Amino acid sequence: MILSVIQNLGQKGLDFFQRLGRGHLLFVQILAGIPGLIPRFGLVIQQVFSVGVLSMVIIVVSGLFVGMVLGLQGYNTLVDFGAEESLGVVVSLSLVRELGPVVTALLFAGRAGSALTAEIGLMKATEQLSAMEMMAVDPVRRVLAPRFLAGFISMPLLAAIFSAVGVLGGYFVGVGLLGVDEGSYWSQMQAKVDLYNDIYNGVIKSLVFGIVVTWIALFEGSDAIPTSEGVSRATTRTVVHSSLAVLGLDFILTALMFGA
Amino acid sequence: MMTPANPHVVEVRQMRFVRGKRMIFDGVDLDIQRGKITAIMGPSGTGKTTLLRLIGGQLRPDAGSIMVEGQQVDKLGHTALYQLRKRMGMLFQNGALLTDMNVFDNVAFPLREHTKLPEALIRDLVLMKLHAVGLRGAWQLMPSELSGGMSRRVALARAIALDPMIMMYDEPFTGQDPISMGVLVRLIRQLNDALGLTSVIVSHDIAETRSIADYIYLLSNGKVVAHGTSDELDRSESEWAQQFLKGLSDGPVPFHYPAEDYRRDMLAGENVVVSNR
Repeated sequence: MILSVIQNLGQKGLDFFQRLGRGHLLFVQILAGIPGLIPRFGLVIQQVFSVGVLSMVIIVVSGLFVGMVLGLQGYNTLVDFGAEESLGVVVSLSLVRELGPVVTALLFAGRAGSALTAEIGLMKATEQLSAMEMMAVDPVRRVLAPRFLAGFISMPLLAAIFSAVGVLGGYFVGVGLLGVDEGSYWSQMQAKVDLYNDIYNGVIKSLVFGIVVTWIALFEGSDAIPTSEGVSRATTRTVVHSSLAVLGLDFILTALMFGA
Repeated sequence: MMTPANPHVVEVRQMRFVRGKRMIFDGVDLDIQRGKITAIMGPSGTGKTTLLRLIGGQLRPDAGSIMVEGQQVDKLGHTALYQLRKRMGMLFQNGALLTDMNVFDNVAFPLREHTKLPEALIRDLVLMKLHAVGLRGAWQLMPSELSGGMSRRVALARAIALDPMIMMYDEPFTGQDPISMGVLVRLIRQLNDALGLTSVIVSHDIAETRSIADYIYLLSNGKVVAHGTSDELDRSESEWAQQFLKGLSDGPVPFHYPAEDYRRDMLAGENVVVSNR
Protein backbone atom coordinates (compact mmCIF):
# COMPACT_ATOMS: atom_id res chain seq x y z
CA MET A 1 0.00 0.00 0.00
CA ILE A 2 2.63 2.51 1.11
CA LEU A 3 4.96 1.13 -1.53
CA SER A 4 2.42 1.75 -4.25
CA VAL A 5 1.89 5.31 -3.02
CA ILE A 6 5.61 5.96 -3.22
CA GLN A 7 5.79 4.27 -6.60
CA ASN A 8 2.89 6.40 -7.80
CA LEU A 9 4.57 9.54 -6.54
CA GLY A 10 7.81 8.63 -8.29
CA GLN A 11 5.97 7.93 -11.53
CA LYS A 12 4.21 11.29 -11.32
CA GLY A 13 7.53 13.02 -10.77
CA LEU A 14 9.12 11.23 -13.71
CA ASP A 15 6.16 12.10 -15.93
CA PHE A 16 6.41 15.72 -14.87
CA PHE A 17 10.07 16.01 -15.73
CA GLN A 18 9.58 14.16 -19.00
CA ARG A 19 6.87 16.61 -19.99
CA LEU A 20 9.05 19.51 -18.93
CA GLY A 21 11.82 18.17 -21.14
CA ARG A 22 9.52 17.65 -24.10
CA GLY A 23 8.15 21.16 -23.62
CA HIS A 24 11.59 22.75 -23.72
CA LEU A 25 12.61 20.64 -26.68
CA LEU A 26 9.55 21.84 -28.55
CA PHE A 27 10.36 25.42 -27.60
CA VAL A 28 13.83 25.10 -29.12
CA GLN A 29 12.41 23.47 -32.26
CA ILE A 30 9.87 26.27 -32.64
CA LEU A 31 12.56 28.92 -32.26
CA ALA A 32 14.64 27.10 -34.87
CA GLY A 33 11.66 27.21 -37.22
CA ILE A 34 11.16 30.97 -36.99
CA PRO A 35 13.86 32.11 -39.47
CA GLY A 36 12.18 29.96 -42.12
CA LEU A 37 9.03 32.05 -41.74
CA ILE A 38 10.57 35.26 -43.03
CA PRO A 39 10.02 34.45 -46.73
CA ARG A 40 6.54 33.12 -45.92
CA PHE A 41 5.27 35.82 -43.62
CA GLY A 42 1.75 35.35 -44.95
CA LEU A 43 1.45 32.29 -42.72
CA VAL A 44 2.15 34.46 -39.66
CA ILE A 45 -0.25 37.21 -40.72
CA GLN A 46 -3.00 34.63 -41.14
CA GLN A 47 -2.38 33.51 -37.56
CA VAL A 48 -2.16 37.06 -36.19
CA PHE A 49 -5.68 37.42 -37.52
CA SER A 50 -7.08 34.31 -35.83
CA VAL A 51 -5.07 34.67 -32.62
CA GLY A 52 -4.98 38.46 -32.26
CA VAL A 53 -7.67 40.19 -34.26
CA LEU A 54 -10.37 37.74 -33.24
CA SER A 55 -9.46 38.33 -29.57
CA MET A 56 -10.06 42.07 -29.93
CA VAL A 57 -13.72 42.11 -28.92
CA ILE A 58 -13.16 40.50 -25.55
CA ILE A 59 -10.08 42.66 -24.93
CA VAL A 60 -11.86 45.93 -25.75
CA VAL A 61 -14.96 45.13 -23.73
CA SER A 62 -12.96 43.94 -20.72
CA GLY A 63 -10.60 46.90 -20.94
CA LEU A 64 -13.49 49.31 -20.91
CA PHE A 65 -15.09 47.77 -17.83
CA VAL A 66 -11.82 47.40 -15.94
CA GLY A 67 -11.06 51.07 -16.62
CA MET A 68 -14.52 52.10 -15.47
CA VAL A 69 -14.19 50.14 -12.24
CA LEU A 70 -10.73 51.64 -11.64
CA GLY A 71 -12.22 55.11 -12.13
CA LEU A 72 -14.97 54.44 -9.63
CA GLN A 73 -12.82 52.76 -6.98
CA GLY A 74 -9.94 55.21 -7.43
CA TYR A 75 -12.26 58.17 -7.10
CA ASN A 76 -13.85 56.85 -3.88
CA THR A 77 -10.44 56.44 -2.25
CA LEU A 78 -8.85 59.63 -3.56
CA VAL A 79 -11.80 61.88 -2.75
CA ASP A 80 -11.29 61.27 1.00
CA PHE A 81 -7.88 62.91 0.68
CA GLY A 82 -9.07 65.59 -1.70
CA ALA A 83 -6.77 64.12 -4.33
CA GLU A 84 -9.36 63.18 -6.95
CA GLU A 85 -7.42 65.20 -9.55
CA SER A 86 -4.84 62.38 -9.51
CA LEU A 87 -7.41 59.87 -10.78
CA GLY A 88 -5.81 59.85 -14.24
CA VAL A 89 -2.48 58.76 -12.74
CA VAL A 90 -4.04 55.98 -10.68
CA VAL A 91 -6.01 54.60 -13.60
CA SER A 92 -3.21 54.81 -16.15
CA LEU A 93 -0.41 53.47 -13.93
CA SER A 94 -2.53 50.51 -12.75
CA LEU A 95 -3.36 49.69 -16.34
CA VAL A 96 -0.02 50.18 -18.00
CA ARG A 97 2.08 48.52 -15.30
CA GLU A 98 -0.16 45.69 -14.14
CA LEU A 99 -3.69 45.18 -15.31
CA GLY A 100 -3.06 45.74 -19.01
CA PRO A 101 -0.45 43.00 -19.45
CA VAL A 102 -1.84 40.63 -16.81
CA VAL A 103 -5.56 40.73 -17.57
CA THR A 104 -4.85 40.67 -21.30
CA ALA A 105 -2.67 37.59 -20.84
CA LEU A 106 -5.36 35.86 -18.77
CA LEU A 107 -8.04 36.66 -21.34
CA PHE A 108 -5.67 35.66 -24.14
CA ALA A 109 -5.07 32.29 -22.45
CA GLY A 110 -8.82 31.72 -22.26
CA ARG A 111 -9.69 32.97 -25.71
CA ALA A 112 -6.73 32.23 -27.98
CA GLY A 113 -4.67 29.75 -25.94
CA SER A 114 -7.51 27.29 -25.54
CA ALA A 115 -8.38 27.61 -29.22
CA LEU A 116 -4.76 26.92 -30.21
CA THR A 117 -4.58 23.84 -28.01
CA ALA A 118 -7.86 22.47 -29.28
CA GLU A 119 -6.88 23.12 -32.89
CA ILE A 120 -3.47 21.47 -32.63
CA GLY A 121 -4.84 18.63 -30.50
CA LEU A 122 -7.54 17.86 -33.04
CA MET A 123 -5.07 18.09 -35.90
CA LYS A 124 -3.05 15.49 -34.04
CA ALA A 125 -6.09 13.33 -33.29
CA THR A 126 -7.17 13.35 -36.94
CA GLU A 127 -3.62 12.49 -38.06
CA GLN A 128 -3.23 15.77 -39.94
CA LEU A 129 0.13 16.41 -38.27
CA SER A 130 1.24 12.86 -39.03
CA ALA A 131 0.14 13.27 -42.64
CA MET A 132 2.21 16.45 -42.91
CA GLU A 133 5.26 14.61 -41.59
CA MET A 134 4.75 11.92 -44.20
CA MET A 135 4.48 14.62 -46.88
CA ALA A 136 7.92 15.75 -45.67
CA VAL A 137 6.47 18.94 -44.22
CA ASP A 138 7.67 19.56 -40.68
CA PRO A 139 4.55 20.42 -38.64
CA VAL A 140 6.63 22.31 -36.07
CA ARG A 141 7.78 24.72 -38.76
CA ARG A 142 4.60 24.82 -40.81
CA VAL A 143 1.97 24.81 -38.07
CA LEU A 144 3.48 25.63 -34.66
CA ALA A 145 6.10 28.29 -35.46
CA PRO A 146 3.71 30.70 -37.25
CA ARG A 147 1.23 30.42 -34.39
CA PHE A 148 3.95 31.04 -31.84
CA LEU A 149 5.18 34.15 -33.61
CA ALA A 150 1.61 35.38 -33.99
CA GLY A 151 1.05 35.06 -30.23
CA PHE A 152 4.31 36.87 -29.55
CA ILE A 153 3.31 39.75 -31.85
CA SER A 154 -0.33 39.94 -30.79
CA MET A 155 0.04 40.00 -27.01
CA PRO A 156 1.73 43.42 -26.56
CA LEU A 157 -0.61 44.95 -29.13
CA LEU A 158 -3.65 43.57 -27.35
CA ALA A 159 -2.29 44.77 -23.99
CA ALA A 160 -1.79 48.25 -25.44
CA ILE A 161 -5.36 48.29 -26.73
CA PHE A 162 -6.59 47.06 -23.35
CA SER A 163 -4.75 49.85 -21.51
CA ALA A 164 -5.86 52.54 -23.95
CA VAL A 165 -9.50 51.53 -23.76
CA GLY A 166 -9.20 51.25 -19.96
CA VAL A 167 -7.91 54.82 -19.68
CA LEU A 168 -10.92 55.94 -21.70
CA GLY A 169 -13.22 53.92 -19.40
CA GLY A 170 -11.72 55.65 -16.37
CA TYR A 171 -12.22 58.97 -18.13
CA PHE A 172 -15.92 58.31 -18.82
CA VAL A 173 -16.60 57.43 -15.19
CA GLY A 174 -14.24 59.91 -13.49
CA VAL A 175 -14.68 62.96 -15.68
CA GLY A 176 -18.06 62.19 -17.20
CA LEU A 177 -20.00 60.92 -14.20
CA LEU A 178 -18.11 61.90 -11.07
CA GLY A 179 -17.00 65.36 -12.13
CA VAL A 180 -13.19 65.13 -11.94
CA ASP A 181 -11.56 68.01 -13.79
CA GLU A 182 -10.80 66.96 -17.34
CA GLY A 183 -7.58 68.97 -17.62
CA SER A 184 -6.01 67.47 -14.52
CA TYR A 185 -7.09 63.92 -15.50
CA TRP A 186 -4.99 64.11 -18.67
CA SER A 187 -2.19 66.46 -17.57
CA GLN A 188 -1.34 64.58 -14.38
CA MET A 189 -1.32 61.36 -16.41
CA GLN A 190 1.07 62.96 -18.90
CA ALA A 191 3.36 64.18 -16.12
CA LYS A 192 3.51 60.99 -14.06
CA VAL A 193 3.51 58.13 -16.54
CA ASP A 194 7.08 57.48 -17.61
CA LEU A 195 7.88 56.02 -21.00
CA TYR A 196 10.73 53.80 -19.83
CA ASN A 197 9.72 52.88 -16.30
CA ASP A 198 6.07 52.29 -16.92
CA ILE A 199 5.24 51.76 -20.56
CA TYR A 200 8.34 49.84 -21.66
CA ASN A 201 8.21 47.65 -18.59
CA GLY A 202 4.57 46.89 -19.33
CA VAL A 203 5.45 45.99 -22.90
CA ILE A 204 8.25 43.68 -21.71
CA LYS A 205 5.80 41.96 -19.40
CA SER A 206 3.32 41.34 -22.16
CA LEU A 207 6.04 40.04 -24.48
CA VAL A 208 7.05 37.52 -21.80
CA PHE A 209 3.42 36.54 -21.24
CA GLY A 210 2.94 36.22 -24.99
CA ILE A 211 5.81 33.75 -25.23
CA VAL A 212 4.73 31.73 -22.21
CA VAL A 213 1.02 31.49 -22.95
CA THR A 214 1.50 30.62 -26.63
CA TRP A 215 4.23 28.12 -25.81
CA ILE A 216 2.08 26.36 -23.21
CA ALA A 217 -0.91 26.31 -25.57
CA LEU A 218 1.10 24.86 -28.46
CA PHE A 219 2.87 22.32 -26.29
CA GLU A 220 -0.35 21.11 -24.67
CA GLY A 221 -1.92 20.76 -28.11
CA SER A 222 0.91 18.79 -29.63
CA ASP A 223 1.40 16.69 -26.48
CA ALA A 224 -2.33 15.93 -26.10
CA ILE A 225 -3.50 12.34 -26.01
CA PRO A 226 -5.16 12.09 -29.43
CA THR A 227 -8.70 11.38 -28.23
CA SER A 228 -11.60 13.72 -27.53
CA GLU A 229 -11.00 13.34 -23.79
CA GLY A 230 -7.29 13.96 -24.21
CA VAL A 231 -7.88 17.15 -26.17
CA SER A 232 -10.42 18.43 -23.65
CA ARG A 233 -7.96 17.81 -20.80
CA ALA A 234 -5.17 19.51 -22.69
CA THR A 235 -7.37 22.56 -23.29
CA THR A 236 -8.16 22.81 -19.61
CA ARG A 237 -4.51 22.45 -18.71
CA THR A 238 -3.60 25.24 -21.11
CA VAL A 239 -5.92 27.70 -19.42
CA VAL A 240 -4.96 26.66 -15.88
CA HIS A 241 -1.22 26.42 -16.40
CA SER A 242 -0.86 29.54 -18.47
CA SER A 243 -2.97 31.61 -16.05
CA LEU A 244 -0.84 30.44 -13.12
CA ALA A 245 2.33 31.03 -15.07
CA VAL A 246 1.22 34.57 -15.94
CA LEU A 247 0.42 35.44 -12.32
CA GLY A 248 3.63 33.91 -10.99
CA LEU A 249 5.81 35.54 -13.62
CA ASP A 250 4.06 38.85 -13.06
CA PHE A 251 5.22 38.83 -9.45
CA ILE A 252 8.79 38.03 -10.44
CA LEU A 253 8.86 40.64 -13.20
CA THR A 254 7.28 43.29 -10.98
CA ALA A 255 9.83 42.60 -8.25
CA LEU A 256 12.65 42.92 -10.77
CA MET A 257 11.28 46.08 -12.39
CA PHE A 258 9.73 48.05 -9.57
CA GLY A 259 11.21 46.36 -6.49
CA ALA A 260 13.57 48.25 -4.25
CA MET B 1 13.77 4.61 -67.19
CA MET B 2 16.73 3.51 -65.14
CA THR B 3 16.18 0.24 -63.33
CA PRO B 4 17.98 0.13 -59.99
CA ALA B 5 19.71 -3.10 -59.22
CA ASN B 6 17.94 -3.85 -55.98
CA PRO B 7 14.58 -5.54 -56.69
CA HIS B 8 13.38 -4.66 -53.18
CA VAL B 9 12.29 -1.12 -52.39
CA VAL B 10 11.91 -1.93 -48.70
CA GLU B 11 13.81 -4.56 -46.74
CA VAL B 12 12.95 -5.23 -43.12
CA ARG B 13 15.39 -7.45 -41.23
CA GLN B 14 14.97 -9.01 -37.78
CA MET B 15 13.02 -5.98 -36.70
CA ARG B 16 11.80 -5.73 -33.13
CA PHE B 17 9.52 -3.03 -31.82
CA VAL B 18 8.22 -2.69 -28.28
CA ARG B 19 5.53 -0.30 -27.17
CA GLY B 20 5.32 0.10 -23.41
CA LYS B 21 5.52 -3.46 -22.14
CA ARG B 22 3.96 -4.95 -25.25
CA MET B 23 6.04 -6.60 -27.92
CA ILE B 24 4.56 -5.44 -31.23
CA PHE B 25 7.15 -6.97 -33.60
CA ASP B 26 9.50 -9.76 -32.66
CA GLY B 27 11.99 -10.42 -35.40
CA VAL B 28 10.05 -9.53 -38.55
CA ASP B 29 11.63 -10.03 -41.97
CA LEU B 30 9.94 -8.73 -45.07
CA ASP B 31 10.68 -7.48 -48.54
CA ILE B 32 8.61 -5.13 -50.65
CA GLN B 33 9.23 -5.85 -54.32
CA ARG B 34 9.61 -3.04 -56.78
CA GLY B 35 6.60 -2.35 -58.97
CA LYS B 36 4.40 -4.84 -57.14
CA ILE B 37 1.50 -4.50 -54.74
CA THR B 38 2.41 -6.11 -51.46
CA ALA B 39 -0.27 -6.65 -48.85
CA ILE B 40 0.40 -6.96 -45.16
CA MET B 41 -2.51 -8.63 -43.45
CA GLY B 42 -3.35 -9.66 -39.97
CA PRO B 43 -5.99 -9.23 -37.30
CA SER B 44 -6.66 -5.85 -35.67
CA GLY B 45 -4.01 -4.89 -33.15
CA THR B 46 -1.10 -6.73 -34.77
CA GLY B 47 0.65 -3.45 -35.48
CA LYS B 48 0.07 -3.23 -39.21
CA THR B 49 -0.25 0.55 -39.09
CA THR B 50 2.79 0.66 -36.82
CA LEU B 51 4.73 -1.14 -39.53
CA LEU B 52 3.91 1.61 -42.03
CA ARG B 53 5.00 4.24 -39.54
CA LEU B 54 8.26 2.38 -39.03
CA ILE B 55 8.85 2.30 -42.78
CA GLY B 56 8.04 6.01 -42.97
CA GLY B 57 10.48 6.76 -40.16
CA GLN B 58 7.85 8.15 -37.78
CA LEU B 59 8.75 5.42 -35.30
CA ARG B 60 12.09 3.76 -34.73
CA PRO B 61 12.58 0.02 -34.22
CA ASP B 62 14.18 -1.24 -31.02
CA ALA B 63 16.35 -3.70 -32.94
CA GLY B 64 16.93 -4.81 -36.50
CA SER B 65 16.91 -2.65 -39.57
CA ILE B 66 14.54 -1.13 -42.09
CA MET B 67 16.05 -0.21 -45.43
CA VAL B 68 14.17 1.94 -47.93
CA GLU B 69 15.92 2.38 -51.28
CA GLY B 70 19.19 1.35 -49.69
CA GLN B 71 18.94 3.84 -46.83
CA GLN B 72 18.47 2.71 -43.26
CA VAL B 73 15.43 4.73 -42.25
CA ASP B 74 15.98 4.60 -38.49
CA LYS B 75 19.52 5.94 -38.81
CA LEU B 76 18.68 8.91 -41.04
CA GLY B 77 18.93 12.46 -39.73
CA HIS B 78 16.06 14.92 -39.94
CA THR B 79 17.00 16.39 -43.33
CA ALA B 80 17.77 13.08 -45.03
CA LEU B 81 14.58 11.53 -43.63
CA TYR B 82 12.49 14.40 -44.98
CA GLN B 83 14.21 14.09 -48.36
CA LEU B 84 13.31 10.40 -48.43
CA ARG B 85 9.72 11.09 -47.41
CA LYS B 86 9.23 13.32 -50.43
CA ARG B 87 9.42 10.07 -52.39
CA MET B 88 6.94 8.24 -50.21
CA GLY B 89 3.18 8.61 -50.28
CA MET B 90 0.94 7.48 -47.50
CA LEU B 91 -2.81 7.18 -47.47
CA PHE B 92 -4.10 7.44 -43.91
CA GLN B 93 -7.10 5.49 -42.74
CA ASN B 94 -9.36 8.53 -42.43
CA GLY B 95 -7.68 10.49 -45.22
CA ALA B 96 -6.18 13.04 -42.80
CA LEU B 97 -7.05 15.95 -45.07
CA LEU B 98 -6.20 19.39 -43.72
CA THR B 99 -9.59 20.58 -42.57
CA ASP B 100 -8.97 24.31 -43.03
CA MET B 101 -8.37 23.98 -46.78
CA ASN B 102 -10.58 22.91 -49.65
CA VAL B 103 -9.94 19.87 -51.85
CA PHE B 104 -7.85 21.81 -54.36
CA ASP B 105 -5.55 23.35 -51.74
CA ASN B 106 -5.15 20.01 -50.02
CA VAL B 107 -3.85 18.39 -53.18
CA ALA B 108 -1.76 21.46 -53.97
CA PHE B 109 -0.27 21.48 -50.46
CA PRO B 110 2.76 19.21 -51.06
CA LEU B 111 3.43 20.90 -54.41
CA ARG B 112 3.40 24.36 -52.88
CA GLU B 113 5.54 23.24 -49.96
CA HIS B 114 8.20 21.47 -51.97
CA THR B 115 8.31 23.09 -55.40
CA LYS B 116 8.49 26.61 -56.73
CA LEU B 117 6.20 25.87 -59.66
CA PRO B 118 4.11 28.73 -60.96
CA GLU B 119 0.51 28.72 -59.78
CA ALA B 120 -0.83 27.99 -63.28
CA LEU B 121 1.20 24.80 -63.47
CA ILE B 122 0.19 23.77 -59.96
CA ARG B 123 -3.42 24.23 -61.00
CA ASP B 124 -2.98 21.90 -63.97
CA LEU B 125 -1.14 19.30 -61.89
CA VAL B 126 -3.77 19.36 -59.16
CA LEU B 127 -6.61 18.99 -61.64
CA MET B 128 -4.80 16.08 -63.31
CA LYS B 129 -4.32 14.31 -59.98
CA LEU B 130 -7.94 14.94 -59.05
CA HIS B 131 -9.03 13.69 -62.45
CA ALA B 132 -7.09 10.49 -61.88
CA VAL B 133 -9.17 9.76 -58.78
CA GLY B 134 -12.38 10.95 -60.45
CA LEU B 135 -12.93 14.03 -58.30
CA ARG B 136 -11.93 16.90 -60.56
CA GLY B 137 -15.45 18.27 -60.23
CA ALA B 138 -15.16 18.39 -56.43
CA TRP B 139 -12.13 20.68 -56.26
CA GLN B 140 -13.84 23.45 -54.33
CA LEU B 141 -15.50 21.33 -51.66
CA MET B 142 -14.27 21.46 -48.07
CA PRO B 143 -13.20 18.19 -46.38
CA SER B 144 -16.27 18.33 -44.13
CA GLU B 145 -18.47 18.12 -47.24
CA LEU B 146 -16.92 14.88 -48.48
CA SER B 147 -18.02 11.33 -47.83
CA GLY B 148 -15.52 8.90 -46.31
CA GLY B 149 -14.75 7.35 -49.66
CA MET B 150 -14.29 10.73 -51.34
CA SER B 151 -11.96 11.91 -48.56
CA ARG B 152 -9.78 8.90 -49.14
CA ARG B 153 -9.68 9.53 -52.87
CA VAL B 154 -8.71 13.17 -52.34
CA ALA B 155 -6.03 12.04 -49.90
CA LEU B 156 -4.86 9.59 -52.53
CA ALA B 157 -4.60 12.39 -55.09
CA ARG B 158 -2.60 14.39 -52.54
CA ALA B 159 -0.33 11.43 -51.77
CA ILE B 160 0.57 10.98 -55.46
CA ALA B 161 0.99 14.72 -56.07
CA LEU B 162 4.78 14.54 -55.86
CA ASP B 163 4.91 11.29 -57.89
CA PRO B 164 6.29 9.07 -55.12
CA MET B 165 8.15 5.83 -55.74
CA ILE B 166 6.29 3.98 -53.01
CA MET B 167 2.67 4.30 -51.87
CA MET B 168 1.55 3.01 -48.51
CA TYR B 169 -2.12 2.42 -47.84
CA ASP B 170 -3.35 2.15 -44.27
CA GLU B 171 -6.57 0.11 -44.21
CA PRO B 172 -7.86 1.63 -47.45
CA PHE B 173 -11.04 -0.47 -47.54
CA THR B 174 -12.26 -0.21 -43.96
CA GLY B 175 -15.73 1.23 -43.58
CA GLN B 176 -16.38 1.71 -47.29
CA ASP B 177 -19.61 0.91 -49.08
CA PRO B 178 -19.31 -1.69 -51.89
CA ILE B 179 -19.13 0.92 -54.64
CA SER B 180 -16.37 3.07 -53.16
CA MET B 181 -14.59 -0.14 -52.17
CA GLY B 182 -14.62 -1.18 -55.83
CA VAL B 183 -13.44 2.27 -56.88
CA LEU B 184 -10.53 2.18 -54.44
CA VAL B 185 -9.48 -1.33 -55.43
CA ARG B 186 -9.44 -0.27 -59.07
CA LEU B 187 -7.57 2.96 -58.33
CA ILE B 188 -4.84 1.30 -56.31
CA ARG B 189 -4.18 -1.23 -59.08
CA GLN B 190 -4.38 1.35 -61.86
CA LEU B 191 -2.15 3.90 -60.17
CA ASN B 192 0.40 1.26 -59.31
CA ASP B 193 0.67 0.06 -62.87
CA ALA B 194 0.26 3.39 -64.67
CA LEU B 195 2.66 5.39 -62.51
CA GLY B 196 5.14 2.58 -61.99
CA LEU B 197 4.71 2.73 -58.23
CA THR B 198 5.46 0.20 -55.57
CA SER B 199 2.49 -0.24 -53.26
CA VAL B 200 2.10 -1.54 -49.74
CA ILE B 201 -1.39 -2.21 -48.48
CA VAL B 202 -2.10 -2.85 -44.85
CA SER B 203 -5.52 -4.39 -44.46
CA HIS B 204 -7.70 -7.06 -42.97
CA ASP B 205 -10.26 -7.02 -45.76
CA ILE B 206 -9.34 -10.37 -47.22
CA ALA B 207 -11.30 -10.57 -50.46
CA GLU B 208 -10.50 -7.06 -51.71
CA THR B 209 -6.86 -7.22 -50.77
CA ARG B 210 -6.31 -10.65 -52.26
CA SER B 211 -7.90 -9.51 -55.50
CA ILE B 212 -5.14 -6.95 -56.17
CA ALA B 213 -2.13 -8.01 -54.11
CA ASP B 214 0.80 -9.59 -55.93
CA TYR B 215 2.34 -10.81 -52.71
CA ILE B 216 0.92 -11.19 -49.22
CA TYR B 217 2.47 -11.27 -45.76
CA LEU B 218 0.35 -12.54 -42.87
CA LEU B 219 1.30 -11.13 -39.49
CA SER B 220 0.26 -12.35 -36.09
CA ASN B 221 1.67 -11.86 -32.61
CA GLY B 222 4.60 -9.86 -33.87
CA LYS B 223 5.77 -12.43 -36.39
CA VAL B 224 5.29 -13.22 -40.05
CA VAL B 225 3.14 -16.35 -39.97
CA ALA B 226 3.00 -17.00 -43.68
CA HIS B 227 3.84 -15.26 -46.92
CA GLY B 228 3.43 -15.86 -50.62
CA THR B 229 1.12 -15.13 -53.49
CA SER B 230 -2.60 -15.50 -52.93
CA ASP B 231 -2.59 -19.04 -54.36
CA GLU B 232 0.43 -20.08 -52.34
CA LEU B 233 -1.28 -18.96 -49.17
CA ASP B 234 -4.30 -21.12 -49.97
CA ARG B 235 -1.97 -24.09 -49.89
CA SER B 236 -0.25 -22.89 -46.70
CA GLU B 237 -0.02 -25.47 -43.97
CA SER B 238 -0.30 -22.92 -41.18
CA GLU B 239 -3.57 -23.51 -39.34
CA TRP B 240 -3.59 -19.90 -38.28
CA ALA B 241 -3.32 -18.69 -41.90
CA GLN B 242 -6.20 -20.92 -42.89
CA GLN B 243 -8.35 -19.61 -40.05
CA PHE B 244 -7.58 -16.00 -40.94
CA LEU B 245 -8.08 -16.35 -44.69
CA LYS B 246 -11.32 -18.25 -44.32
CA GLY B 247 -12.60 -16.11 -41.47
CA LEU B 248 -13.36 -19.03 -39.14
CA SER B 249 -14.51 -17.99 -35.68
CA ASP B 250 -12.58 -20.69 -33.86
CA GLY B 251 -9.19 -22.24 -34.42
CA PRO B 252 -5.69 -21.41 -33.26
CA VAL B 253 -7.12 -18.01 -32.37
CA PRO B 254 -9.77 -19.01 -29.84
CA PHE B 255 -13.23 -17.46 -29.83
CA HIS B 256 -12.99 -16.81 -26.07
CA TYR B 257 -10.70 -14.31 -24.42
CA PRO B 258 -8.64 -16.24 -21.83
CA ALA B 259 -10.79 -16.65 -18.72
CA GLU B 260 -11.33 -18.72 -15.59
CA ASP B 261 -13.17 -21.99 -15.89
CA TYR B 262 -16.72 -21.10 -16.96
CA ARG B 263 -18.52 -23.37 -14.45
CA ARG B 264 -16.42 -22.20 -11.53
CA ASP B 265 -16.97 -18.57 -12.50
CA MET B 266 -20.72 -19.03 -12.58
CA LEU B 267 -20.92 -20.94 -9.28
CA ALA B 268 -18.67 -18.52 -7.39
CA GLY B 269 -21.34 -15.83 -7.48
CA GLU B 270 -20.49 -12.20 -6.99
CA ASN B 271 -17.63 -12.67 -4.54
CA VAL B 272 -14.97 -13.70 -7.01
CA VAL B 273 -15.65 -10.84 -9.40
CA VAL B 274 -15.62 -8.22 -6.66
CA SER B 275 -12.50 -9.57 -5.00
CA ASN B 276 -10.70 -9.53 -8.34
CA ARG B 277 -11.03 -5.80 -8.57
